[in-house]
Amino acid sequence: MDCSSSTMGLDYEESPHVLAVDDSLVDRKLIESLLKNSNCIVTTAENGQRALELLGLGDRQHIINKKKKKKKDSKVNLIITDYCMPGMTGYELLKKLKESSDLKEIPVVIVSSENVPTRIKKCMKEGAQEFMLKPLQQSDIKKLRCHMTKFSKPTNGKLCMGS
Amino acid sequence: MEGVLQLQSQLADYTTSLYNEKEFLDEQFTQLQQLQDESNPEFVVEVVSLFFEDSERLLNELTKALDQQSVDFKKVDAHVHQFKGSSSSIGAQRVQNACISFRNNCDQQNIEGCLESLQQVKHEYSLVKNKLETLFKLEQRLLKAGG
Repeated sequence: MDCSSSTMGLDYEESPHVLAVDDSLVDRKLIESLLKNSNCIVTTAENGQRALELLGLGDRQHIINKKKKKKKDSKVNLIITDYCMPGMTGYELLKKLKESSDLKEIPVVIVSSENVPTRIKKCMKEGAQEFMLKPLQQSDIKKLRCHMTKFSKPTNGKLCMGS
Repeated sequence: MEGVLQLQSQLADYTTSLYNEKEFLDEQFTQLQQLQDESNPEFVVEVVSLFFEDSERLLNELTKALDQQSVDFKKVDAHVHQFKGSSSSIGAQRVQNACISFRNNCDQQNIEGCLESLQQVKHEYSLVKNKLETLFKLEQRLLKAGG
């Protein structure tokens, strides 16, 4: 699987910004480390509501990208979310993201400890980029780098063909 | 003062036994160790400490939940699911397996089974906690000896 940086819109040197959502403290720490090991900038959120707030969709506007912009240019290149979370599931979060004109372009990866085909199907149908099984490995993160896009470049949207 | 080589060999033997003999740990634990480096020198201890804290919280919740007049099996299952997840994330294989049978008991709404499972999970957890603490102590000694 060869991901050439010219098709990604992300320069080879750049560090993608990933938002990782998981209610488990242990898993948040783990994924943070895996991502940092792959030269990603990581923000974590313990639930869907918090994730939406960080992305600027919640009631409290704590936008990750603190610069004021008229058109919200989210600096997040990828969202990884756990499926099973109390309150808002990863699937529900996915739906909310896809409903948002500002955020729907951000690739969303769902992770779960359970391999449930109907679950996988419905997530993919809703527009998830990938569905991965926990616990995540370094090799999974490497694969994900293909999916990270950057929105300030208009030629965006070309994702890795090899997945 | 123990020699470095001696300690290294002790540590290696102990680690092997954790994986092979009793399967306390699986390859996921190796993944954790691989994530530890100079920029993240305490990673394994940190994650495992979080696991310990989280586990203790979950065990308390489980004990409380099963002590109710009318047990909320969904709630119990949710806690076990969390516990299964975190133990899987650090490679605590036997705890994870104990959680799987715990969940089966929840599915069947089998109170007796759940209480037994809780004991089993507590037992496996305390075993692996003990093992990991010993492992960390060995590592500390090795570091102090200059290894």
